[in-house]
Amino acid sequence: MPHGFPIFPGPMALSVAARPSACAPRPLCRTSNTGARTRQVAPRALALALTLAMAAGLVPVADARAAPAHAVPDTMTQRALACTQCHGPQGRASAEGYVPRLAGKPAGYLSSQLRHFRDGRRPHGAMARLLQGLPDAYLAEFGAHFAAQRVPVPTRPAGPTPDAATTERATALVRQGRPGVPACAACHGDRLTGVAPSVPGLLGLPRDYLVAQLGGWREGVRRADAPDCMAQVARALAPEEVTALADWLAAQPVPDGGLPDEGPRRPWPLACGGVAGEVAR
Amino acid sequence: MSGLPQTPSTRHRPSGPASRTVKAVVAGLGLVLALSVLGAWWAAGMAPAPQAASAPRVALPAWAIDPAVVARGARVATQAHCAGCHTAPGGLALAGPRRIDTPFGAVQAGNLTPDPATGLGAWTPEDFRRALQHGRGRDGRALVPAFPYPHYTRMAEADIDALYAWLQAQPAVVQARPPHELRPWAGHPWSLALWQTLFFRPGPLPLPADAPADWRRGAQLVHGEGHCGACHAPRNAFGASRQADDGVGEALDGTLSPDGRTYAPPLPGFGAAGVDRQALVELLRTGQSAWGTAHGPMGDVVQGSTQHWPEADLQAVAAYLASRPAPKPLPAAARAPEAVVSAGRAIYERQCAECHGESGQGAPGRVPPLAGNPTVLHPDPGTLIDAVRHGGFAPVTAAHPRPFGMPPTELDASDMAALLTMLRQSWGHTGEAVTPMQVLRTR
Repeated sequence: MPHGFPIFPGPMALSVAARPSACAPRPLCRTSNTGARTRQVAPRALALALTLAMAAGLVPVADARAAPAHAVPDTMTQRALACTQCHGPQGRASAEGYVPRLAGKPAGYLSSQLRHFRDGRRPHGAMARLLQGLPDAYLAEFGAHFAAQRVPVPTRPAGPTPDAATTERATALVRQGRPGVPACAACHGDRLTGVAPSVPGLLGLPRDYLVAQLGGWREGVRRADAPDCMAQVARALAPEEVTALADWLAAQPVPDGGLPDEGPRRPWPLACGGVAGEVAR
Repeated sequence: MSGLPQTPSTRHRPSGPASRTVKAVVAGLGLVLALSVLGAWWAAGMAPAPQAASAPRVALPAWAIDPAVVARGARVATQAHCAGCHTAPGGLALAGPRRIDTPFGAVQAGNLTPDPATGLGAWTPEDFRRALQHGRGRDGRALVPAFPYPHYTRMAEADIDALYAWLQAQPAVVQARPPHELRPWAGHPWSLALWQTLFFRPGPLPLPADAPADWRRGAQLVHGEGHCGACHAPRNAFGASRQADDGVGEALDGTLSPDGRTYAPPLPGFGAAGVDRQALVELLRTGQSAWGTAHGPMGDVVQGSTQHWPEADLQAVAAYLASRPAPKPLPAAARAPEAVVSAGRAIYERQCAECHGESGQGAPGRVPPLAGNPTVLHPDPGTLIDAVRHGGFAPVTAAHPRPFGMPPTELDASDMAALLTMLRQSWGHTGEAVTPMQVLRTR
C-alpha cells in the first residue's frame, strides 16, 4: 500500500508453537486436558450463540486447541482443492466432461481465463465468487500449476463421428479458413492442441462446450483482452459453421497427450489481446 | 366524480344547474392542473441531474496539496474503504461504476477520481464536506443512503478534508456513472429528502468526554469511517438503522445481508475476554485467527481495508467493541436427534475432516478451525451455508498472501442441514439445529 502503514506479521505461528502438541492420540489429548475440559462443559457458556461464545471465549477455542495440530500440506495441490472439486483431480476434467480439463493447458491461457472469470469478462457466478479478490500473480500460479500437470487424455473422442458434409465444411475452416475467417490451425496449431503459452487447444472438448463458447463470443458474453480476436472470428462464422466445427472438433482424437506446441512459430493472422507481447503480425 | 357535467337532456337537475356545472368544471380543471404540476415536479425530479460536462477542474486550496494532508487522506480512504464500492470488477481503482443491489433497486457507485466531467474534479472542499456530512450531491440533491453518509457524517472534519485532498491527488479517469435503477418511489429526490428528514441525523458521535482515548477512537472508527453498521446493523423497512440505546452509533445487533447469503454477526461484546480481543485484532489484520476466517463481504473488508489499519486503531476497535453491552445470549438449544447428528458426522468425515481435522481443529494459517468458530454458532446459519455451498479463499493479506481454497460443495438440503447441525452440536457446541427448510430458503 502506498500509505506506508506498518503491517504487522501475524502472530499465528506463535500461537501454533505455544499449542501443546505432544499428545499423540486425539481422544487422549481431549480427555487429558482437564483444564480445558472443565471449562468446556460449563453448559451455560456453551449454550450461547455468537456473542457469548465470544464472551465465554476460550471455551470452545480451548477445545479446538486441545486437539493436536492437523497437518495440511503447504502445496499448490492443496490450495487448488477449490478447483479440482469440479475440474477433477489434477484438473483432468469432470467425469461427465462438461467442466473442462485444466491439466496441461497453456499456462498463459489458464491465467488469463482466471482473470476474466474473476472480473466478469467471462460470466460464471461460481467462478467469479471463488476467485474474487485473488491477485493476478496468484492466479498465474494456479495457471502454471495446472499447465504443469500431466494426466493421460482419454483416447475416446468426446463426440460421435460427423457426416461427410460436416467434415468437409469443418476441415475447410480448420485448415484453410475462408475470407474473413482465418484457419483455426493458423493460431491453434497444426495439431489443434494449442500453442504455448497463450493459445488453447480445441480438441478433447465436448461439443456443447464448444458451441457455448463460440456462441458466447458471438453475443459478447464471453470476452477476452482487447483486441478480442476470437469475438471477431465467432461473429464472422455462420451458425451452421459453428455447429459443423463443434461436431467435427468434438469427434477428433487428442494426439500425444494434447499438449500444446511451443510457440510462437509464425505470425498470427489476427491481432489478439490474449497473446499480447507475442504478437508478430 | 358525481359533479362532472353530463348532457342536460339525459338528466334532470335541481335548482341552479348552471352554477353547479361551473363549479364542477372549475374543480375538475383545478384538479387536472394540480396533478399536472405535481407530475411535472415529479418528472423534473426523475430527470437525470444536469451533466456538468463543461465544469472546470477545481482550483485546489494550498492545504489540499500538502503532502502531509494527502498522506492522512490515504489512511482515511483505506479505513473508509472507498475503493471497495467505487471500483468496478477488474476496473481502475475508484473510477466506478460498480452496481450494488439493494432491497430498493440497484445503485451505481460513481467515479471518485478527479475527472471534472465524470468524477469529483469540479468538486470544491465544501461540496465534498456537504456530501459526507449532509448527504447532498454537488447539485444539492439528497444522495441515496447506500452511500454511507449516515456513518461518514460522524467523521472528523479534518479527516474529510484529508480524504478530499487524497482523492484529488489520484489519477483522473473518465468514467461516467450509469443512472441508479431504484424503484421510482425510492429513488425520487423527494423520497430521499423525506428519508433524510425521518432517519438521518447529521453530526458527530455523542462521545462521553470522560471516555478513554482508545475507546473514543474505536467508537469513531466503528461508527464513522469504518461504517461497520452498514452491514452489521439491522435496518427497518426503509433501510434505516436503529440507533444504540445510549445514542453512540447504531445498534450493531447483527443481520443478514440484503441478498440473504451471509450473516453479519452482532459486534457488541466481541472480544470481551482479554485473549479473544487479540483474536479479533488478528482476524482484522490477517483475515484469520483462532476463531476462523473472514468469509464473504468481510473477506473483502479485511483484504481491502482493515489489514492496512494501524495496529493502535485495530486495538482501539477491539477495546471499544469489547466494552459494548453484549446482546442477550440465546438459550441452550435442544439436542438434535442422534440420527441427524450421526448422518452429519458421516458427511463430515467423508468430505471435511481431511482438511478441517477429526476434531474440527483446522490447520492454523491454512484451514480455519470449526471447533470454537463463531461462524458455526451464528444465530442465522447463512454464512455457514454459503461457505459450504460456494467455498472460497481466505482474504489475501500480508500475513497470508497465498490463501488456501475451500471447495464449493453442493449437498441436498437434508444432508446440508445434518452436516451443519452436527457442526453446531459437536466439540462442546450447543448451537441450534439447522433445518432443511433453512437451507432451502437460502437458494
